[in-house]
Amino acid sequence: MNSHIYLYSAYAAAWIIHIAYLTTLVTRYGKLKREIEELKKNR
Amino acid sequence: MTKAFPILGLATGILLSYALYMALVWAPTEQTMGDVQRIFYYHVPSAWTAFILFFINFGASIWYLIRRNPTADIVALVSAEVGVVFCTIVLVTGPIWARPVWGIWWTWDMRLTSTLVLWLIYMSYLVLRRFSSSGQTPVLAAALAVLGALCVPFVYFSIWFFRTQHPQPVMGGGGSIDPRMLHVLLINWLAFSCFAFLVCWSRYRLEKIQREVEEMQALESLTETPRSVR
Repeated sequence: MNSHIYLYSAYAAAWIIHIAYLTTLVTRYGKLKREIEELKKNR
Repeated sequence: MTKAFPILGLATGILLSYALYMALVWAPTEQTMGDVQRIFYYHVPSAWTAFILFFINFGASIWYLIRRNPTADIVALVSAEVGVVFCTIVLVTGPIWARPVWGIWWTWDMRLTSTLVLWLIYMSYLVLRRFSSSGQTPVLAAALAVLGALCVPFVYFSIWFFRTQHPQPVMGGGGSIDPRMLHVLLINWLAFSCFAFLVCWSRYRLEKIQREVEEMQALESLTETPRSVR
């Protein structure tokens, strides 16, 4: 039982790190999209 | 290539799910460590993927230093960033495995310490790229990446050169592994390699667009400046 806690914690930690990184990419992409829209408006 | 992205994404998702099933259900249970050994199916492929990405970073940095090619600079940045993500997973899953097996979370053993140093080198690479605005930043970063890459073989071979608590390598370590375990390990590595490729691809496109936008903003501010001067 105890070893399962470590096993699932490790797998969960790995996916939390991946998802956190993917979230930063999505946030950056959203920011970039807004900047592109602003540039288009200014033209 | 952009049209293939959803198909590749779906295929990678299926492969990752299959690899997870193989690791948690299909792979045989190790006799001494029990189920906690299954952490190895995430820990080792993440380490291999990180090493490959750092190697790509090294190649791209050399390419940039020789040719000053902007694409090489983007490839170097992207591979380092995604490599750090995988290296972080190695540094997190390792202690979670070590606690029930060794009875401690961490020891200042050569493999663990050198992996931490490698992570710190690439983190400093990313910090340099993020916060330095000098025109020489890509050159300095490329030089740092070349030095960082020298650490990769040291990390890998440290368990051969030094007495360490870390288990021997799966490949070429002189030990043996159950063929079913090796099969699951390789499937997980393939799945993580495909995932890393897709993440790198997305990050590459993002960086390329970001640079184009920055260029456009710089041009716009240049055309605006004379009006304000007048």
